[in-house]
Formats: sequence, C-alpha cells, structure tokens
Amino acid sequence: MSGFKVRQPGLMTLITDQGRFGHHRIGLTTGGPLDPLAFNWANRLLGNAPNATGLEISIGGLSLEAEVDTWAVLTGGELPLKINGREAERWHAHRVKAGDKIEVGFSQLGARGYLAVSGGFQIRPMFDSTATVQREKLGGLNGQRLQSGDILPCEAGVDAGGYRLPEQYRPDYNDSRPLRVILGYQQNAFSEVQKRLFFSSTYRISDRADRMGYRLEGPAIAPSINGILSEGIALGAIQVPADGQPIVLLNDRQTIGGYPKIGSLFSQDVARLAQMLPGREISFTAYSQDEAHNQLLLSQRYYHAIQPIAVAP
Amino acid sequence: MRIEVAGENSLILYFGDTTDPQISAQVQSAVSETERLLGDALIDLVPSYASLLVIYDPYKIDHLEARRRLLQLSDLSNLDDATEGALIKLPVWYSPESGPELEALAQKAHMSVEEVIALHASTEYRVYAIGFAPGFAYLGQVDERLAAPRLSTPRQAVPRGSVAIADRQTAIYPSTSPGGWNLIGRCPTRMFDPDATPCMPVQVGDRVSFEPITKERYLELGGEL
Repeated sequence: MSGFKVRQPGLMTLITDQGRFGHHRIGLTTGGPLDPLAFNWANRLLGNAPNATGLEISIGGLSLEAEVDTWAVLTGGELPLKINGREAERWHAHRVKAGDKIEVGFSQLGARGYLAVSGGFQIRPMFDSTATVQREKLGGLNGQRLQSGDILPCEAGVDAGGYRLPEQYRPDYNDSRPLRVILGYQQNAFSEVQKRLFFSSTYRISDRADRMGYRLEGPAIAPSINGILSEGIALGAIQVPADGQPIVLLNDRQTIGGYPKIGSLFSQDVARLAQMLPGREISFTAYSQDEAHNQLLLSQRYYHAIQPIAVAP
Repeated sequence: MRIEVAGENSLILYFGDTTDPQISAQVQSAVSETERLLGDALIDLVPSYASLLVIYDPYKIDHLEARRRLLQLSDLSNLDDATEGALIKLPVWYSPESGPELEALAQKAHMSVEEVIALHASTEYRVYAIGFAPGFAYLGQVDERLAAPRLSTPRQAVPRGSVAIADRQTAIYPSTSPGGWNLIGRCPTRMFDPDATPCMPVQVGDRVSFEPITKERYLELGGEL
C-alpha cells in the first residue's frame, strides 16, 4: 500500500493511537499520545475514528511526501507547518495531493505535535494498539521511531473532507498555572513539613525528561521511608527517590516500581507538563479526586459541545 | 485490605507489606474478583507482591462507586489454597560461561558451584510480579544463602534468557537489556514473544522451578550464545 514517505524523521516521531490498555499485567506500559486532547482533535478534524493511528512529533523536524491524494491536519504545540514550502495553518485540515511535501518545523511553544491523515495510517496493531513504545520494541514499524525512507501506509481519501478548530478552542500552551496533584499512595510517609515544601517550591524540568518520566530539579523532599515493595504505577505518579528530586511518570513508565510516591498529577496536567521543554519552571497544587472527576466530565462535555467548522474542499 | 488513592481514576489495594505466598494469593484472587466487580468499567490492573493497582474508566464510574465495589473484596483474607497457580518447569544451562556471577555466589555462600545449582534449581518459586520490561517475572524467594545485592555497576547489555538473582528474587531476562542482577545461567525458553499465544509461559501467581541442562541441550532447545 502507498501512503506517505518519510523524507526526514525529525528528532523523535512516533506512530501512535490512543495507547495500549489492558496489558499491564504482562509488563506492558500504555504508551500513546502525551497530549491526548491534541491527538483526539487531530482525528476529529478529519472525521476519523477516535483511535485512528497518527503521528506524535516531538520537538519537530519531520518531513513527509504524500503518495496519495488525501487530507491531513496538524494539532498540538506550535510546530510550524509547511505544505510545498508554503506556511499552512495548524488545527486546520488541508487537502494534500500525491507529490506534496509536508514539513513540520521545530517547536516554538509546546513540545509535541500530532499529525493525522484521513482514515489514519494502516499499521498492524500489537497487543491491541499501534502505539510505539521504543523501550518495549512494540507498535509502530518494528517498535521504533520513524526512520528516513519509512513508508506510512494509508488509503487515498480525496473526498474525506475536514474541519478547522477556531483559535479560542485550542489549548493554551503558555498556561503556567500550578500543576494539580492528587495526593495518594505513600502520602503518609511525607510529613506535613515535607508536603508544604513540595507545594510551595518551584521545580525546574531537567534535561532528563523523556516519555518515561520528567525528572525535576529543586528543593529535595524527604519521605520517612526509602523504598517500598514494588507496586503498580499510575499515569502521572510522582515518585521521590533517595536524592529527593521528584520524578513525574508519563505514558512510557515502567508498570511497577519501588520508590515512595506522594500522589499523581491530574491527567490534564500530565499532558500540560509533557508539552513543556526542559528548563521550564513549574509548581504544584493539591487537588482532590472529586475535583478531578468533575473536571474530567466537564471537559468531556465541553469537547463534544464544540462544533468545528467544515473546510471547503 | 487497605485502599489508597493512586490517581484520578485509580485506586491501589494493599493486602500486606511483605513478600509472602499467602498475601500474593490474596492479590491473585483480587484480580479475578476485581474484573467481575468492575466489568467494562475496568481499564487495567497491575498485580504486584502485596498490592493491586486498579485503573477504571472515570466516564463509566466515579471514584466513590469504584471504592464501594472494591470494598466487597475485604473478605479475601479467609481464602483457602485453591488459588495455587500452575507449576512450570523451565530448563536452565547453569555455568560460569552462561552465568558470570555463579562462582562468586558459590564462594560467598561457602558452597560448591554444583551445590548452588542444585539449590537454585530445586527451590519452588512463586511469580510475585511482572514488570520492569515486558515479560520480566519477579520470582521469589531465593534461598537466603544465595541472596546477593545488585551489581554496583549494571551491565549495558544482559543477554536474553539470562537467569539472575537480586536480593532474594530471581528472574529470567525476557530480552537483551541493561541490568544489574547477578547472572548464574541461561534459559532457552522465550519468556516474552509478542507473536506467540500466550506471549508468556508464566503469569502472576504461577509456581516455577528450574531443571539444570547442559550447553548442548540448551542449544538444541533453541538457546542463543
């Protein structure tokens, strides 16, 4: 099958769907888009199924050549988009023809962009998902990031059509409000003083920040215990190793681990954090499970209430 | 059983805080019970030594309802031994060639290499957890005399199939990966094969023992050097 040819893969571009669920018990992590809202919008702006396979482009540098006539869209952070050398709008479906060159430049704001095509890329799922997890060598093409010369198969979709999302509905990747933390796990091993320190300090995203986890630098916090019997790790869990520097665990985290955890980031703020680049300063605020639950439902209703605008073919 | 919040859509159930076959058996029964209690609201589960992480779909049930249903698990403590897992025998080529730490472990335990092999192979282990990497099964408990701390400098590449010890746990590396465990042999059985059904020969709760084999037999069974 023809589709899109990879001319330049960029720093790290991964084939992904919404993620791999239900296989934690054999040690498989979820993977999937670090910014699920932007990923979902990419599919929605093309009228795709929500779990259609697209690309997550970290930082940028991707160049593709279309071999079919179809539609494509780029959402997520501010990664400049060019089609045949001309600037093209993000969050806006574009018609592309065989031979067109699609370039995604380096990010100005936000670390991840999401590229989708009509009907999604046709990739063989592994364990129910096409999400690439490089550490596990699963998903995508051979479990690895895109390489120059790869072919991303997809069907032609000349008449598929698409939509654009007005600017006021797009996420604000400048949002620097404190990240919301739901206390849990070994929270009792962190004294009131240690918790105050954690919630009143500013942390810097270190250079050791990848899809497994973001290591932070700042005032060390000291739990009263060193380690625990290894246990399951939820998305966004904040673990504190012996050096007291918190690590926020993301989509490619190991499924179990033995460091004490103070709680977990609210998923919408996991996405916000993962859109930030090393060097950025962040802070935390406590959030309840009630608030998180209500916010999820409100956000879901808001998402479905928005009507994107059809793009003329 | 103790329930703690793990995240906006996850709860973690604790059945104890030690490596103990009884506690592990409770985790095992909690797995199937949780599947029943949460039905299609269940997204994923992580059973481990003494805990079970439960991740549910927050658009199908809320945290109060999830907790209410999971509280019905609290009478698992009086369960019998009916949840004993399958016994799986895995072949291992023990040797200084396939297990560079074998001789050092023997020396530390004041035993001969043959005695170490016999002791490691004859012990019946339980699969307490699977994690770290796809198909990496944590087996316990190793005889106290063979317990050994992780290497101070982890290896860049531990060959696939390596049989290893760390503290009182033993494991087989399912794929070539970095690792700091003490290597004592090599197993030709694929511990994780994404194209096979099932993709792993063991699951959490199963029992495992080892059968010493020669290098020739190891190669016959498809082992790689």
